[in-house]
Amino acid sequence: MRIDPIMIATFLGMLAVTYGARIGGYLLVRRRPIDGRIKGVLEAVPVTVLAAIIAPMAFATGPAESLAALATLLLAWRLPIAVAVVGGVGAVVLLRWLLG
Amino acid sequence: MSIEPVASPSRGAARDFALGAYHMLPMLVGMVPFGLLLGALAADKGYSPLAMALMSATVFAGSSQFIAIGLWQEPLPVLAIILATALVNLRHVPMSAALAPSLGRFGHRLPFAALFLLADEIWAVAMRAAQGGSIGPAYYAGLAIPFYFNWIFWTVLGTVAGGVIARPERYGFDFAFTAVFIVLIRGFWRGRRSLPPVLASIAGALLAHQFLPGVWYILVGTAAGMLAAAVAWRPPHAH
Repeated sequence: MRIDPIMIATFLGMLAVTYGARIGGYLLVRRRPIDGRIKGVLEAVPVTVLAAIIAPMAFATGPAESLAALATLLLAWRLPIAVAVVGGVGAVVLLRWLLG
Repeated sequence: MSIEPVASPSRGAARDFALGAYHMLPMLVGMVPFGLLLGALAADKGYSPLAMALMSATVFAGSSQFIAIGLWQEPLPVLAIILATALVNLRHVPMSAALAPSLGRFGHRLPFAALFLLADEIWAVAMRAAQGGSIGPAYYAGLAIPFYFNWIFWTVLGTVAGGVIARPERYGFDFAFTAVFIVLIRGFWRGRRSLPPVLASIAGALLAHQFLPGVWYILVGTAAGMLAAAVAWRPPHAH
């Protein structure tokens, strides 16, 4: 893939919103503290976004994908990340083969 | 390895930097599989090593880089990628707010350079070392600079390796993103209070996925989850 202006623009856009968040709290807290319900909602955003992203693959694709998602979750709770990712991908290959 | 509070008087910039780098060692090693996997997935989408290096050096935010590569296709959904990045990185607002009181020795300009490098792992170690006190710029540089180049190095190496090894879809590669995101969910999990937003987000995303085109389901699910988090929020118990 060539490095084209659209790619650069995408990276710069991602940089702008990420840097904005990273200095945003620092700038805001000098005016008023971020706490209470607003802080609670902001802290919930990462799991919320990630849950939305995985929802179609984990719940609306097929039984193999749903079971593999569950297997990944169980592995991720106890084992290192690499094991959980490899285990999850292994599970989906096996389950797709088994469930046709 | 335990991270002791950094003693307030500096013991010289070089020693502070070395101490920071030492405290980050587990994180440097922990990022290796993540970096390699991101690079390999990017190679699968047609990324060159140089493109990967550019992305890691500018964006420098692992979770959102995985999301961007996952959404990468022709024509490129530029706004969806930037919006998803903004959403997943909103967490840095309360994080940098929490770290701000510990940057008292940074002066007025240095925080704007330092906070560019505020990845989750760097934030966590910096907060632990500060323990309500302050940390010095050299110590923070020791945390952040090796971690920055470590991330670029392993993602680029993953792209080089991923470009050499043929990876057909039938090996479950399409599921790798889902697996990574589930692992990330576990990392961002904050106990029982994470449950209402996650359930609402899944419900909203599935509904939107059924009826709306493209990646609108991410936005709808996120909005539903944030609403649930706002409704379910309770003040922390007094100790």
